[in-house]
Amino acid sequence: MFIDTLLIGLSSGAIYSLMALALVLVWRSTRVINFAQSGQAVLSTYIGYEITVRTHNYWISLPIAIIAGALLGSFIDLLFIRVLTKRVKSGPIAEIAPVIATLGLLGLIQSLIGLVWGNAFLQYPSPLSAKGFTFGSHTIPFSPQNAMIVLSSAAILAIFGIIFKYTDLGLALRAASFQPEIAQLAGVRVARVRNIGWAFAGSAGAVAGAVITPTSTLSPNSLDLLFVSGFIAAVIGGLDSLVGAVVGGVVLGVGFSFILQYIGSSVTFLMGFIILMIVLLVRPRGIFGSKAGRHA
Amino acid sequence: MSEGLIVSNLSVDFGAVNAVHELSFHIRPGELVALIGANGAGKSTLIRTLSGLITPSQGMASWNGVSLIGRRPEELARQGIVHISEGRAVIPELTVSENLALGGIWRRDKKDVEIAREQTLAIFPVLASRLGQRADSLSGGERQMLAIGRALISRPKLLFLDEPSLGLAPLIIEEIFRTIDALRTQFGLTVLLVEQNAMSALRIADRGLILNLGVLVATGTPDELMADPQLRAAYLGI
Repeated sequence: MFIDTLLIGLSSGAIYSLMALALVLVWRSTRVINFAQSGQAVLSTYIGYEITVRTHNYWISLPIAIIAGALLGSFIDLLFIRVLTKRVKSGPIAEIAPVIATLGLLGLIQSLIGLVWGNAFLQYPSPLSAKGFTFGSHTIPFSPQNAMIVLSSAAILAIFGIIFKYTDLGLALRAASFQPEIAQLAGVRVARVRNIGWAFAGSAGAVAGAVITPTSTLSPNSLDLLFVSGFIAAVIGGLDSLVGAVVGGVVLGVGFSFILQYIGSSVTFLMGFIILMIVLLVRPRGIFGSKAGRHA
Repeated sequence: MSEGLIVSNLSVDFGAVNAVHELSFHIRPGELVALIGANGAGKSTLIRTLSGLITPSQGMASWNGVSLIGRRPEELARQGIVHISEGRAVIPELTVSENLALGGIWRRDKKDVEIAREQTLAIFPVLASRLGQRADSLSGGERQMLAIGRALISRPKLLFLDEPSLGLAPLIIEEIFRTIDALRTQFGLTVLLVEQNAMSALRIADRGLILNLGVLVATGTPDELMADPQLRAAYLGI
């Protein structure tokens, strides 16, 4: 039972990690909490859904959804965020304006989806069995679909990890997020690098949406709760640490899973809130966050 | 006449402090010019404008005939116009090796990046022994060396150095200034060196510019400037 609960927790934790990673990537590059993240992810998922329905092939839809997610993230930065940060430089709303814009974008994207696909709950056909693996007479609640969720999330996290740690692009992304002015003076095209951060975030959200949705249903709001969990995970991890986002996601997923198993579903969300409050009160910069007061 | 750095009639509006007013001067290729003045005289504002971080309200500036105004700092850096900002311009969260790599990240000629890196580590052997350490574990002097080292890897032609002596011990300051002097000969650099530490800067400079409240009050060779009792008392602190 313990192992089952742990495995289920890992599977949802992997998704939280991806959502948290998407938030952290945007936060690090632009210092904006992107509330449109769940809208972006769900729109890429609808695009994946459309491709799957037309081609009857999930494996074609997955990379297309990822690319769509990346483009969407990039466009949002180019069309809205960059314009706002350039135009609104001072005054009380300077820092909050882009965040408000992402809230507006969330509504915009979700109503757009409603116009195109309607608001009904759609069934996203699953490529793999949702039936748990069976060992002898014992069937565990962990299915091939769950395995795909864990493996694809791990793959994406590993790819991002390698890019950030070992490539020039990753170095530019880190430099631009830590010290944009010094990076600029060293010749890094900071605006372009930020845009790539938004694209990476969009693709991480797209993977989350594409692998989790076949386990439930698809609707314009279907990823909103996931966003909240991803946000809690990101804050637990310190909001600007990629490793922190992953650890935060897994901790939250496994924690929820055990609470669900041993206490009951009515308190899981409450527990999420309590965990968030404890982290903020005890260690406001999160488990992996850098020293407070570096920059806003 | 369009050789070198030409600044003419340059003004930056900032309110009362830190602004610069209708500055004009010329730095010849290969020259090392010290820009001296008190806190708030507009020194940093001037070089931040020349490196593209600030847009001036009027005037022009050019390097070998190409205008510096209205260009992004990263594009100027890629043209060899490199600004090392005040207070050890390194990225503390990155390792020494990564900070150095940043200087050559945009360069196509990776072979020359490698050569430049070797040269830099030969000039600053202390960095070679700290490659894997985070930059925030370095001492102030080492960070300044790292900032200069990163600039060298980008093969600069025109270097803006903002207060390299800030917060450093006197012995380290001497070492940094000696290094700057040696580097400009070795690499044929043109240097605009901003300093409050007038004496150290003038010791290695070909000429000095003295800035007060955004206005150029004197220019001349170090000997000329130091021969003027009024300048000595008011700006050179001797």
